[in-house]
Amino acid sequence: MAYSNQLLDHFKNPRNVGTLDKENKNVGTGLVGAPECGDVMRLQIQVSDEGVIEDAKFKTFGCGSAIASSSLATEWLKGKSVEDALKIDNMAIVEELALPPVKIHCSVLAEDAIKSAIKDYKEKNA
Amino acid sequence: MANPRKIYLDNNSTTPCDPRVVEAMLPYFYEVPGNAASRNHPFGWAAEEAVSVAREQIADLIGVEEKEIIFTSGATEADNLALKGVFEMYKRKGNHIITVKTEHKAVLDSCAKIEKMGGEVTYLDVDRKGRLNLEELEAAIKDTTILVSVMWANNETGTIQDMKAIGDICEKHGVLFMSDATQAVGKIKTHPKEVGVHLMAFTGHKMYGPKGVGVLFVNRKKPRVKVTAQIDGGGHERGMRSGTLNVPAIVGMGKAAAIAKAEMEQDAARVSKLRDKLEKELSANLEEVYLNGDIDNRMPHVTNLSFKHVEGEGLMMTFNENIAVSSGSACTSASLEPSYVLIALGLGDDLAHSSIRFSLGRFTTEEEVDLAIAALTKGVSHMRDLSPIWEMYKEGIDLDAVEWSEH
Ligand SMILES: Cc1ncc(COP(=O)(O)O)c(C=O)c1O
Repeated sequence: MAYSNQLLDHFKNPRNVGTLDKENKNVGTGLVGAPECGDVMRLQIQVSDEGVIEDAKFKTFGCGSAIASSSLATEWLKGKSVEDALKIDNMAIVEELALPPVKIHCSVLAEDAIKSAIKDYKEKNA
Repeated sequence: MANPRKIYLDNNSTTPCDPRVVEAMLPYFYEVPGNAASRNHPFGWAAEEAVSVAREQIADLIGVEEKEIIFTSGATEADNLALKGVFEMYKRKGNHIITVKTEHKAVLDSCAKIEKMGGEVTYLDVDRKGRLNLEELEAAIKDTTILVSVMWANNETGTIQDMKAIGDICEKHGVLFMSDATQAVGKIKTHPKEVGVHLMAFTGHKMYGPKGVGVLFVNRKKPRVKVTAQIDGGGHERGMRSGTLNVPAIVGMGKAAAIAKAEMEQDAARVSKLRDKLEKELSANLEEVYLNGDIDNRMPHVTNLSFKHVEGEGLMMTFNENIAVSSGSACTSASLEPSYVLIALGLGDDLAHSSIRFSLGRFTTEEEVDLAIAALTKGVSHMRDLSPIWEMYKEGIDLDAVEWSEH
């Protein structure tokens, strides 16, 4: 299976790996997937008082495509408003990384992780 | 990595063809072009003679008569011929076949086809080590049972079944015993007659021979076993398998058998030391490494390890430009299901996703094993740094108690 250069780059040099303090009110955490399914993504955002995502971090248990999808997602999230972040579509990830059909679920998971992190942030700040 | 040389630790998928085998094959493409079935000119005689030598070499390796060797295109075809051929031939005696959940797809899918054709198949469970339970086997045998099919050694774990004990049970109940010995022949002693195996399938390309050639051993005396041909035509191979013989490949498989007979023991001793080193050092370098299979009854060149909280395909991607292994992870299969073999051993899906199979071989060097140890250690550590569930595990969170969002 030959992967695209973009995917390999994100896999080999993953951006924004790490952990934000999930107790922090400005941090939203999304944890999606399950170990039995072979992929778990944890994506976190830190949002400024103005509603802009200042920082994003991830950790992912999964195949190369899952790791690359979450790395790309954090890159795209940074600097976006929360509302714009909600518009990130999994198909954009598929295109950017040239994911093969069997790996499309990785991009879906990344979109789910984004939505879930934003939901957590919003609930904390409701 | 600095070493540009590619390291091949996937010999259970296929072995390189030994250069001595290649050399033996070469004349049979151009210089000796005959059809082994051409009885009326020297080209045919030369080809027939070459096939006959190969038959002898192979028969000699497994301790059987030459006439008991049926050439096929590989182990898949040999498995198909044995199962479907026995099912058809022994219809009047019964329609029940017993096999095991961890068999190769060539056996399982043949059995599924047989079920569609009116057969009944029992799929035995295995224990945590991959071995079947002899009492369950015996209890499964009934009046209509015609065949028991158990692989000699498993391709994923290397687990070796208790062949003699299974053979004795089959003998006691008067049922035929067939074995897919693809992973065992040429690597450990596999003498079907000593353990009561009546049909045995194996292939050239797992014993340092060429691809596209295999053998079904069919016992000829006590009992005289017959299989209904599955490929019809000119009546080659005593009517059991038609088709012009693949002379160069057969010559190659013969040579591979001769080399195996001479070198098998020393190969096994050398390679098992390397395998043990790989296993020991990885277990010392890394936490949460689990061995899958049967440490007491397994092939000398195989180890299957799960690196907990790391996904197998992702892990392989950290080093697969230089090192070839395989994984039971779902992401490496078309079905998106993790290895059914590991699941049958009772591994959770998570450990199955985390498994890596290392299969060493005749050409594996210690230096390569050292490089693999280093690459794996680095890769697993890297992937764990990336893994949220490793972090949770390290924080003492009970992962089984987490409510995961299944997708
Ligand atoms: C146990 C077992 N049986 C059968 C086969 C199929 O062999 P072949 O490729 O010769 O058809 C393999 C190899 O993939 C195997 O490991």
